[in-house]
Amino acid sequence: MSASTQALDHTHDHGHHHKETFITKYIFSQDHKMISKQYLITGIFMGIIGVAMSMLFRMQLAWPEEKFKVFEIFLGKWAPEGVMDPNIYLALVTIHGTIMVFFVLTAGLSGTFSNLLIPLQIGARDMASGFLNMISYWLFFLSSVIMVLSLFVEAGPAAAGWTIYPPLSALPQAMPGSGAGMTLWLVSMAIFIASSLLGSLNYIATVLNLRTKGMSMTRLPLTIWAFFITAIIGVVSFPVLLSAALMLIMDRSFGTSFFLSDIFIQGEVLHYQGGSPVLFEHLFWFLGHPEVYIVILPAMGIVSEVLATGARKPIFGYRAMIASILAIAFLSTIVWGHHMFVSGMNPFLGSVFTFTTLLIAIPSAIKAFNWITTLWKGNLQLNPAMLFSIGFVSTFISGGLTGIILGDSTLDINVHDTYFVVAHFHLVMGVSAIYGMFAGVYHWFPKMFGRMMNKNLGYIHFWVTAVCAYGVFLPMHFIGMAGLPRRYYTNTAFPYFDDLANINVIITVFALIGGAVQLVFIYNFFSSIFYGKKAVQNPWRSNTMEWTTPVEHMHGNWPGEIPHVHRWAYDYSKPGADDDFIPQTVPMKKGETEH
Amino acid sequence: MTGLLTIFAVILLGIAIWQLVKIYDLSHAKADNTQVATEKDNHINGLLMMAFLVFLHGFTIYSMFKWGDVLLPESASVHGKDVDQLMLITFVVIFIVQAITQALLHYFAYKYKGEEGKKALFYADNDKLEFIWTIIPVITLAGLIIYGLWTWTNIMKINENDDPIFVEIYAQQFNWKVRYAGADNTLGLANVRYVEGANVMGADMSDPNAHDDIVSTQELRLPKGRKIIFKMRSQDVLHSAFMPFFRAQMNTVPGMVTQFSFTPDKTTEEARQSLEIIEKVATINKIRTEKNIQLQAEGKETLDPYEFDYLLLCNKICGASHYNMQLKIVVDTEEGFNQWLSEQKTLAEVLQ
Repeated sequence: MSASTQALDHTHDHGHHHKETFITKYIFSQDHKMISKQYLITGIFMGIIGVAMSMLFRMQLAWPEEKFKVFEIFLGKWAPEGVMDPNIYLALVTIHGTIMVFFVLTAGLSGTFSNLLIPLQIGARDMASGFLNMISYWLFFLSSVIMVLSLFVEAGPAAAGWTIYPPLSALPQAMPGSGAGMTLWLVSMAIFIASSLLGSLNYIATVLNLRTKGMSMTRLPLTIWAFFITAIIGVVSFPVLLSAALMLIMDRSFGTSFFLSDIFIQGEVLHYQGGSPVLFEHLFWFLGHPEVYIVILPAMGIVSEVLATGARKPIFGYRAMIASILAIAFLSTIVWGHHMFVSGMNPFLGSVFTFTTLLIAIPSAIKAFNWITTLWKGNLQLNPAMLFSIGFVSTFISGGLTGIILGDSTLDINVHDTYFVVAHFHLVMGVSAIYGMFAGVYHWFPKMFGRMMNKNLGYIHFWVTAVCAYGVFLPMHFIGMAGLPRRYYTNTAFPYFDDLANINVIITVFALIGGAVQLVFIYNFFSSIFYGKKAVQNPWRSNTMEWTTPVEHMHGNWPGEIPHVHRWAYDYSKPGADDDFIPQTVPMKKGETEH
Repeated sequence: MTGLLTIFAVILLGIAIWQLVKIYDLSHAKADNTQVATEKDNHINGLLMMAFLVFLHGFTIYSMFKWGDVLLPESASVHGKDVDQLMLITFVVIFIVQAITQALLHYFAYKYKGEEGKKALFYADNDKLEFIWTIIPVITLAGLIIYGLWTWTNIMKINENDDPIFVEIYAQQFNWKVRYAGADNTLGLANVRYVEGANVMGADMSDPNAHDDIVSTQELRLPKGRKIIFKMRSQDVLHSAFMPFFRAQMNTVPGMVTQFSFTPDKTTEEARQSLEIIEKVATINKIRTEKNIQLQAEGKETLDPYEFDYLLLCNKICGASHYNMQLKIVVDTEEGFNQWLSEQKTLAEVLQ
């Protein structure tokens, strides 16, 4: 085990010079636990911006004719006298999507928990490369700063939708947001992709090489499987978005015609010839679809782990859970065309993508059934993390089921790009992934900060959020089925949609309450860092290895040798054992069999 | 001033919540509060899980009764009937699965809530069970996939030999234009490079087929019972020609011609007389009348009463006025349509 010897030497090294400066400990830290906290806190800040934006445009949608002082306060000259400008409405929608998908649910979720848990749960001293890990975080931070800065550009930030389809995103003549705002968007995303790739390569290398003795792949907790496969999907698909972004930059600034052809705008014919916007759509969704699994798989992993621990039961069908992660990961790379059924691509391709897309329902169904069975005859400890995990299964099912409609090319014709889509993906990947993230924060807060979060605030947070999430997205299916397109600044231009106005008000009221209750979480999170009750070493009485490390963080994670692993992670309530959990590090008793 | 007050109010509210939480924490300082769920927590949250199940299913049923009438009316195209049929079947499947799985999930969360001294069942695997819930989705999905693909192929297979009418839909920021193929039923060649003056769609006038083409910018008029093949173009950015009443949608892409085809089977007049639309229009006009009372009080312009028309909407983000990129669709009898068409000027006449 040369890898673990090497890792061991590494800690001995550090044992000698304990004194770290403030800068190396808190800022340019190479310790995976500190980097994980940096990811989480940056993610939370970006999340606040993203959610606040959604509050603003939800108000606009519910009361399109009202003037709001709050618009003027936040949007300044983009909302003269409290009336929101249509361009800034589109910008809010665009940046909300970008921030939530990439900055919160990719970096904030995967970045936080992969960094925290991969070394701790597989028994490693740190990531394969602490230095690359640090670079990865700082690139993410830089891209976040650029994205936020783009909000202050004179003509406004990028506003072509988070999918930035050209020519709209390529031509400043088409909309003001496609000027400097879009340039900054592209630069920010290019840096973000570099960060994500460095992170992913590190995760893959760490999981493959640095597992402690006895930690075979089939003993890994499902969290690690999920992070590992997520990283692989990221490495496969993110570079394609990078190439698309670079080509778009070339079209915008250097006169190439990758995506543009035959354009007449503002009274003049542009020189572009021979490119195709459909090509961009292919490249974008080649990342864009796997991206939703990059978002949801880590949440699935976290939920599997929390459900088993909370139910005091093994996760049901461990091998089937791994197999379904692999199946989802494989299928996720060959379904991107379901975003393009009506893009003008060959209808035969539509048939192929319908087939592959609906196949994903099978591994997803297996996962849902297995989670439900995990609860059956359990002894459920309904901690906030557990509630969010159960909530995850609920929203994942509700949102996933409508995917059967959208994945079916025939049905997609009439609901494509309506609010039905918005409702679907917010439930299945937005709300679900956020629930997964909350479950992770409540569950591993004691590991991250050595203190406990307040559970009663956690309960309030969950129940209000749960009611509001359905309050927002369930009615949204109806306005989508009524034919209302998304990304409309107001629906008043169509008298036909007048009877949807009151539904929009209900949605917005739920959204505002749901948004406000996140403040309870923010308060709970930040105050518990300083004033939370001191945590014990293994508060949830969990089997996984991270709870064998001391509460106080140290370089190298374990004070002595790294413990060896003797069993899988899910020996909860095993017959014949005294306790209802047996940590992975406990050797097998004589005659005991692995599950 | 109001803004300042609002900010103060929000800050004060924040402080108030902070203080309340502090007081709550301090008053419970003596209790053994390790922030791990107690038996009482499990009990309360288990009950809330059942309450949530009632909320979720109740809200779904309530919404269906309350908002069932906002959904799109019966399809006005031939293929739309198949789409709606498939949608109905899919929804039945979805509702069954949703009802059962959510019920089990929340019921288990309530029923197996943690109790002191209870031990969970060690139940790690059951190949038979897992096989069952793999094979059931496989069979259901196989059915949906086969039905779906059969319908899709029928809709998208565009046969130019079934005596269709060719109509071009042309998109630009932020309006729609329509070009009819004219007497020869062949659309003349076109490219944005020919856009000039009255030749707003860039028809290539050196192509004789273009001379009898007819351009309409005020409405898209279609004959009932004839197959229409739409050829779609865009001159600037992506748009999407969304005709929800006909279950039809296709993006318009600069630099290429996309196509879609359907046969309208209900005229605008027939639709206006259907019970569904009459009720819908009545509801909308009631809302508008109520709004007018308020508008009148404020001395503003009042809204016109609403009359039903089919719509062509833009459904791909295309810029500031994306929300108002629309065109009226009129479905007429074939005679009425021919009559109307003969009254329009051909391109050759317009460009003279």
